[in-house]
Amino acid sequence: MQDTLTNEEICKPENMVYHRTALLTEAPLSYCPGCGHGTAHRLIMEVIEEMKMQANTIGVAPVGCSVLAYDFMDIDMQQAAHGRAPAVATGIKRLYPDKFVFTYQGDGDLAAIGTCETIHACNRGENITIFFVNNGIYGMTGGQMAPTTLPGMKTATSPFGRDVETMGHPLKITELIANLPGTYFVTRQSVHTPANVRKAKKAIEKAIQYQKLNKGLNFVEIVSNCNSGWKMTPLESNKWMEENMFPFYPLGDIKVPK
Amino acid sequence: MKEVRLMKGNEAIAEGVIRAGCDGYFGYPITPQSEVMEYLFANKTKERTGMIVLQAESEIASIHMVYGGAASGKRVMTSSSSPGISLMQEGISFMAGTELPCLLMNCVRGGPGLGTIQPSQSDYFQAVKGGGHGDYKMIVLAPASVQEMYDFAKLGFELAFKHRIQVMVLSDGAIGQMMEKVELDEQVPRWTDEEIVKLHPWAATGKTPDRKRNIITSLDLNPVKQEIINRNLQKKFKHIEETEVRFEKIMCDDAEYLFVAYGSSSRICQKAVALGRAKGIKVGLLRPITLFPYPTKELAKLAKQVKGMLSVEMSAGQMVEDVRLSVNGAVPVEHYGRLGGIIPAPDEVLNVLEEKFIKEKLLCKTH
Ligand SMILES: Cc1ncc(C[n+]2csc(CCOP(=O)(O)OP(=O)(O)O)c2C)c(N)n1
Ligand code: SF4
Ligand SMILES: [Mg+2]
Repeated sequence: MQDTLTNEEICKPENMVYHRTALLTEAPLSYCPGCGHGTAHRLIMEVIEEMKMQANTIGVAPVGCSVLAYDFMDIDMQQAAHGRAPAVATGIKRLYPDKFVFTYQGDGDLAAIGTCETIHACNRGENITIFFVNNGIYGMTGGQMAPTTLPGMKTATSPFGRDVETMGHPLKITELIANLPGTYFVTRQSVHTPANVRKAKKAIEKAIQYQKLNKGLNFVEIVSNCNSGWKMTPLESNKWMEENMFPFYPLGDIKVPK
Repeated sequence: MKEVRLMKGNEAIAEGVIRAGCDGYFGYPITPQSEVMEYLFANKTKERTGMIVLQAESEIASIHMVYGGAASGKRVMTSSSSPGISLMQEGISFMAGTELPCLLMNCVRGGPGLGTIQPSQSDYFQAVKGGGHGDYKMIVLAPASVQEMYDFAKLGFELAFKHRIQVMVLSDGAIGQMMEKVELDEQVPRWTDEEIVKLHPWAATGKTPDRKRNIITSLDLNPVKQEIINRNLQKKFKHIEETEVRFEKIMCDDAEYLFVAYGSSSRICQKAVALGRAKGIKVGLLRPITLFPYPTKELAKLAKQVKGMLSVEMSAGQMVEDVRLSVNGAVPVEHYGRLGGIIPAPDEVLNVLEEKFIKEKLLCKTH
């Protein structure tokens, strides 16, 4: 039956299987094709739309490739200085405890320059939600080494590979904050296959739902490719991510509410 | 009759912000102003007015918490002392770029570096000329008494929201620590969330169907637009220069010599004026209350009347540059300052005034 639908029939609302959420603006995404940022934006906005939370949501954008997240998300948003989003979100949430407040941050933003703000917001158990896109590199500034860059990985500032002896070890910030009593739900996901997208959406739903419980900080890491920074095609980068990133940053829930 | 209390300067500003309807204080301890946050916690602001007080992990975090709170239309503030204020420059610059109102208090101590915990006025440049990156100004209020520490809390919030600008109360270790009588006013109620939506339609409070989304950002990569943004900022600063200058004149009507001093130094100079007058020297004092906007026009007027001006500051000579710019060579302007936390004595500054302007003149005549 399904196979025989005509084009006109496909367009009918009752046959519609997918549509762009109204909470994504008309602005064309500025991300490289194949980059995970766009999918992550879409999932967060879909969930906020489905939960009818637009009027109750305040988002905080980082400095990084997603600095313009507010161009794409049709919600009230504030752009934070590099790494300071958790402090900014703390200020908002403390004054508006009934609003849904989230940050959206990259790995350089969250785990290098903003480590202090991240750890202390987590440790205080701020009732905010952090979406953390880990691509192991500084995408925006042209592919320099990030705190999450894997050992041996080549970047613009580790052109012969990250030498852990002199450049330090990759920081598993998500495992680190999961150990803090202030975090409630901590999970690591990816958005590079339809199955992973579905799982990531479930995790995002939980991280948004849980904020209403006021039990502490909810944290969703999304391991993503930066195909431009990694100097690969989108397909190569996803394969490389599966083979190299996932063994080091294993997907799945890290801390689940009891 | 007004309620009167004996208070420290730092306690007075804390009581002032509670009564001004402040919604949130975010801070990090540092001498000589830790009493501000201590007072707020001890006074159970949450129960009294609903005001939130949070001890942050650093001054960087405090100022960005203020940035978040300010973006959502609330009355928010932080306070610190010199090294902490240096750390806050990033956040202040972001608030300048997004035109967010907030109240800041710098209880200045001597620098550079860790310097000293003693009072100083060596952060004038940082406060008045824009300490962070970019072309911006804050309104800077210089209290000279514990009463003004209290009063400038309410005035500071009023100016901050009137112009959507950051207001810094530039005090120092002496004003912050000394005790004086303070007259207190009635409690100003905190705004309700509904009032904030009405009063501040720009605030990021959650997008409702009746309006477009509110975006608080200082970023615009289009140079043409960024220039317009900057020009509009400059227009606002100009308007503030034209409308918000505040100063006090003491014994200026017949003055032949003038002290120019703010904050603690103005208290010393006020005494020096009395000493000078007792000796028959016609000396007056101009005390800038706003350091930005600066009482440039008033000084230019006085330059037509007096024979010399002595800028007295607890610094190596920072405000004196603005005095010189104001008088534009019309009259000799000298600087006298003590450094490292030393507060000059009234007879000391009067001697300097006599030596620089009066004795030198006499010497010239005998030659
Ligand atoms: C204070 C400051 N330092 C440095 C920069 C330059 N900068 C912009 S984005 C960025 C790195 C962002 O990397 P990441 O957070 O991993 O985000 P991605 O672009 O990879 O998504 C840096 C260093 C800045 N904007 N501000
Ligand atoms: S540079 Fe990397 S992180 Fe940035 S948009 Fe391109 S692929 Fe995505
Ligand atoms: Mg990155």
